[in-house]
Amino acid sequence: MSEENAAQGPLPVVDFLKLPDGSDPYLEGHKCKSCDAIYLGERNVCSKCGARDQIEPVKLGNTGSLYVYSIVHRSFPGIEVPYVSAIVDLDGGGTVKGNLIGIDPDPEKIEFGMPVEVVYKDALGRKDKDGNSYTSYFFQPRS
Amino acid sequence: MTDAYVVGIDMIKFGRFPERSVPDLGSEAALMALDDCGLKIQDMQALYCGNLGQANAMVGQRVLQEIGQTGIPVVNCANACATGATAFREAWMSIKAGVYDVVLAVGVEQMGRGLLGGGGGGKGIPKEGLLGSGTMPAVFAEAGQEHARKYGTTFEQFAKVSVKNHHHSTLNPKAMYQIETPLETVMNAEMIAYPNTKLMCSVNVDGSAAAVLCSEKKAKELGLMGRAVKVSASVLTSDPWQERDLVMPDVNSCTRQAAAMAYEMAGVGPEDVNLVELHDCFATAEILHYENLGLCKDGEAGRLIDEGETALGGRVPVNVSGGLLSKGHPLGATGIANIYEVSTHLRGEAGKRQVEGASVGLTHVIGLGSACALHVLEKVS
Repeated sequence: MSEENAAQGPLPVVDFLKLPDGSDPYLEGHKCKSCDAIYLGERNVCSKCGARDQIEPVKLGNTGSLYVYSIVHRSFPGIEVPYVSAIVDLDGGGTVKGNLIGIDPDPEKIEFGMPVEVVYKDALGRKDKDGNSYTSYFFQPRS
Repeated sequence: MTDAYVVGIDMIKFGRFPERSVPDLGSEAALMALDDCGLKIQDMQALYCGNLGQANAMVGQRVLQEIGQTGIPVVNCANACATGATAFREAWMSIKAGVYDVVLAVGVEQMGRGLLGGGGGGKGIPKEGLLGSGTMPAVFAEAGQEHARKYGTTFEQFAKVSVKNHHHSTLNPKAMYQIETPLETVMNAEMIAYPNTKLMCSVNVDGSAAAVLCSEKKAKELGLMGRAVKVSASVLTSDPWQERDLVMPDVNSCTRQAAAMAYEMAGVGPEDVNLVELHDCFATAEILHYENLGLCKDGEAGRLIDEGETALGGRVPVNVSGGLLSKGHPLGATGIANIYEVSTHLRGEAGKRQVEGASVGLTHVIGLGSACALHVLEKVS
């Protein structure tokens, strides 16, 4: 019964978001032991160097810096705009895309290279067809 | 190895034709290209057909079912926005290989309206607007912002690309639009994905373009060298591995690699190029490709647009057709339509938008995912 209840908790929005029981959420990368390339999601072959079976999971950092962004004003029906689509280079390696929150969607306010942290919250209330809720990751400015 | 020539080429006026079929649109351009060189479908030894939207539906064969079922081999190509150029390149390769002497390449597309990309898929819940944006305007905004980050390129400089290309299209009766859009109009248009406003996004249109390619021997035999255009280089690349690949499609590396190969193959340098039709799917993209194609040094693209060097009358006019931004972007047709534009200038037949004295031209397309196709075209002296 307890296992069933656990399954009904929020699900991770993507496979590379890990929600371990009893500890903090984190993003997981997969790193090639031959060339250090970092991927999001499991794989067997490195597309940078071609090495096989050299990929191992690594915990990605929770801080990073804003590489580039766009402020999205037009999206599909039902998607709230404006929002900031951000590409973030994580400290320690790995690049992730997500929403930048906690800042005005204004190019005057957003600076390339600004420090950000990864935060984990409910996925904007979105649920799948079975009614499951999800946890997502977001970026927010870090002082 | 024989040289390959374009002997016949044409495109339909781009527009919205929801009542017509894809093969019907493709057939129109095919017949126009045949008429341009006075050949018949019975003269063609193979057909290379580019179309994306119906990639699983034998569009090339359906074109022949409209204009002549001669039993020739047909190859249907899909390569995102490089689809038409890929079909053209397959035709070119067949001539270069000596397999055929005269072949037809057709590119055709019928588009819906609205945003491309970002549709999502995958399991669970939609990710658009939750994990950033996968829409094309946002993806190319981010690519442009990388240039802004490195070199301080401004929203205004990106917007000037659109002003220029919309101006060029006023001189091109085959463009979707012939409307001047001053800088304020471009910058104050609806913001889609900063820094791309609506007028900085390419237009989804229906269209088709086609070309007849010939070996040198055959072109001479047919007496078609007078208006022939030499294909001096044809290059196709895919995206080499880059560190941010997984979240940020890279349109730069594949273009740089293709440009180096194309210039070497053609034996020309960027300084020899008189006009360029490049992949301005968004205004931000054009700025990147000035540098990727070697039209200026890295970091100088903003200056290039500011000083009008890429406008008609400038040092190296870019997208004098109006580009994807205003001529329109029917995905599968775009690559051959670019070749039509450059060929028309090399033939001295471009009317009011003629680049005077043009003898070398370059065409470039990017299919995101990614494919980059480059062609160097030369006037036959």
